[in-house]
Amino acid sequence: MDNVVSTKQEIKMKSVDLQVFYQDFQALHGIDMDIKANHVTALIGPSGCGKSTFLRTLNRLNELIEGTTIKGQVYLDDQAIYSKEMDVVGLRKRVGMVFQKPSVFPMSVYENVAYGPRIHGIKNRGQLDEIVEKSLRAANLWEEMGGRLHTPAARMSGGQQQRLVIARVLAVDPEVILMDEPASALDPISTSKLEELIAELKRAYTIVIVTHNMQQAARVSDYTGFFLNGQLIEFNRTKELFVNPANQQTEDYITGRFG
Amino acid sequence: MQPISKNLHRRGESWIEKGLAFCAALFVIVIAIITIFIFARGLPILLKVGVADFLFNTDWRPTSNSFGIGTMLVGSLVVTTASLLWAVPLGIMTAIFMAEVAPPRASRWLGALVELLAGIPSVVYGFVGLVLIVPFIRNYLGGNGLSVLAGAIILGIMILPTIINISRDAIRAVPKEYKEGSLALGATHYQSIRRVILPAARSGIITAVVLGMGRAIGETMAVVMVTGNSPIIPAGVLSPVRTMTSNIVLEMGYAAGDHQAALFATGVVLFVFIVILNLVVNMSLKAGAANGRR
Amino acid sequence: MAGASGKDKLLTGIFWLAGIFIVLILAGIIGYVLFRGASSLSLDFILQPPSRAGRLGGISTTIVGTVYLTLLALLAAVPVGVGSAIYLEEYAHSRSRFAKLVNLTAETLAGIPSIVFGLFGFVFFVIFLGMGWSVLSGGLTMAIMILPTITRTAQEAILAVAGEYRENSLALGASRWQTVRRVILPSALPGIVTGIILSIGRAVGETAAIILTAGSSLGMPVSPMDPARTMSVHLYIMAMEGISTERAFGTACLIVVLIVIINYLANLSLSRLTKAMR
Ligand SMILES: Nc1ncnc2c1ncn2[C@@H]1O[C@H](COP(=O)(O)OP(=O)(O)OP(=O)(O)O)[C@@H](O)[C@H]1O
Ligand SMILES: [Mg+2]
Repeated sequence: MDNVVSTKQEIKMKSVDLQVFYQDFQALHGIDMDIKANHVTALIGPSGCGKSTFLRTLNRLNELIEGTTIKGQVYLDDQAIYSKEMDVVGLRKRVGMVFQKPSVFPMSVYENVAYGPRIHGIKNRGQLDEIVEKSLRAANLWEEMGGRLHTPAARMSGGQQQRLVIARVLAVDPEVILMDEPASALDPISTSKLEELIAELKRAYTIVIVTHNMQQAARVSDYTGFFLNGQLIEFNRTKELFVNPANQQTEDYITGRFG
Repeated sequence: MQPISKNLHRRGESWIEKGLAFCAALFVIVIAIITIFIFARGLPILLKVGVADFLFNTDWRPTSNSFGIGTMLVGSLVVTTASLLWAVPLGIMTAIFMAEVAPPRASRWLGALVELLAGIPSVVYGFVGLVLIVPFIRNYLGGNGLSVLAGAIILGIMILPTIINISRDAIRAVPKEYKEGSLALGATHYQSIRRVILPAARSGIITAVVLGMGRAIGETMAVVMVTGNSPIIPAGVLSPVRTMTSNIVLEMGYAAGDHQAALFATGVVLFVFIVILNLVVNMSLKAGAANGRR
Repeated sequence: MAGASGKDKLLTGIFWLAGIFIVLILAGIIGYVLFRGASSLSLDFILQPPSRAGRLGGISTTIVGTVYLTLLALLAAVPVGVGSAIYLEEYAHSRSRFAKLVNLTAETLAGIPSIVFGLFGFVFFVIFLGMGWSVLSGGLTMAIMILPTITRTAQEAILAVAGEYRENSLALGASRWQTVRRVILPSALPGIVTGIILSIGRAVGETAAIILTAGSSLGMPVSPMDPARTMSVHLYIMAMEGISTERAFGTACLIVVLIVIINYLANLSLSRLTKAMR
């Protein structure tokens, strides 16, 4: 299955010589990476190596941090996202993001999912109902929450909240979904549910996921990038990278010999 | 370098940001207008009389063109100092009590009561002073009761919340490790408070005292109701006294011409004093923060 | 060892005394005013206009004056105060010169004594803008005085709730304003309301600035250009001129009851904010 798709892979996003500075500190040193459509790309590396920074440049969320400057370019379907013409609000609709800590809005389950579509101008109640159901189903949450759409989202369990956040992202119908350690606050059962979900979602979406869990990267991703000190040390098919790393530092890291 | 647009608007929303920015700008505009108008009305006479003469001359006879607020300046300083004399120690002790001694529940309750103390209007304090404290002084200590002492008691109560709240926050902000380090060396709780916590919280406590002083100097209604307001340099704590603020509120009703301008000049003096006090506090707070303490 | 612990006990006792003393002061003041004033409070006292300069009758016109002036002040100050809080927290760079200047100005404004605001209101609204001694002059002066409180509490409330919500909302493609209006303001609302309630308390109690800008007429204010006397100004005049101690106590009692209620409501709405953040 993987081989069939891989013969003619389309590149969804692409970073070219991407550099990020926080004030004077350079967090990324010229990253070049191709992100393939309808695949899962995992980003791994020790804490502070720049994974989150890279992820957040893909939908220009880094700009929210004062004092950030960015050099280089990122393309989404051949369109430069760091350009004057780019509509940032529209970009973020196309490139959704799931954060480490599930942060549901202080509203009902329904309103959380309907938030995005409403923002983007959908007012029709029937249409909203449909989107909410579809998104909750896609996030494997409909079974559990379908009957309790109007309870406050804050009352759900952590795992349910994380899937709700994913449903919220799906509801705006993005093309790419960025996930920053989405399972780090979850128990093992919720984590495996989330991993199943990611495997299903890649049929319709392009996914980039940051994880500290090597097994998780190996299980869910098709491609893996290893970051170290703001540099992309190695980028390859996940199977290759884990079985046969080209770089000594990569091997040290994935075998746990990293000091 | 990529041009980064901070533009996060939808169509028709950019005027919202401009409107909000205007709201914020109004603060600056308002304080500019306040400064301009107070100074425009008060500064000419201040310069005509001469700043030193205006401040230190004790001859206030507006009808014969003699404008010296020396008596009132001394009055303000005397009443303020007397109120600080008892409110500062009590306030700091209460702050220590709330931050270090009291059980959390008691501390929370007391905090709410201190908020209430801060919320009671000055005119109510003045009234209670007039009907409760003034007769008490008259009956038990002598004089007619309207006095420096009555003013100091009422003013002290009024600045207690400022002193308590700010010192308490300063004490709470001292890193736990300081205290634990001291306790680990075998010091008792109170030794640690005196030798470690209070020194570490010093800049915050000084801020509390300075801001309390600012409040006391500027307070009007409570003071005017209990101090008798005779324009004389007080001879003792039982003697009546007139402060700068009392002078303004008592005479604004009928003052005109140069007399009114001289009252505005008194306002200028208060304004400048308070602004300087605030700037000093602001800068010393920032210096404290830069030293790595919050 | 026994000596040290004895000393510690003594110190603990002294600190407890300090705390108890504060409670006694507060209880004394409030208790005394309520005790002496409660007997003057009656429906007539609240509903009847004063007559013979306040010697007889009630205080209805001063209640109306207080409410009128407070409403005008809120009308002017709430939009500006909340608007600048939103601007400072959500739009401006916190390190920008402008934001620093505005914050410094707000702090300075908060420290200026009310008598100076009174002088300003007199020369600017009453004389320069020709509004005379009026509810409007008093209300606008009051608005300036409560602006810092409203802005600061709103800023703190926004700061407390906004962090994650903001990122999440923007990441969904919402604009700044949509994020503010749909997520941040609703969750910060209890904190904003707290600031407004505290400002009402300030407006109800303010005297020095009001007497110089709204006057002290005992008539019923109808138009915003009418002069008015608020309850606290009334209390001041009644007490200072020895007009009627009994009615002064009644007025003081009503003010204290209002302030206690206002403080209770402010605490209530603050605890809502903390709950919403959990
Ligand atoms: N807002 C910021 N200001 C200054 N430096 C920052 C900021 N955010 C991150 N950094 C620095 O940039 C580097 C990369 O941070 P980043 O968050 O991308 O790391 P990460 O790989 O995601 O780490 P983790 O696995 O711990 O999440 C780190 O050295 C970090 O200290
Ligand atoms: Mg990270």
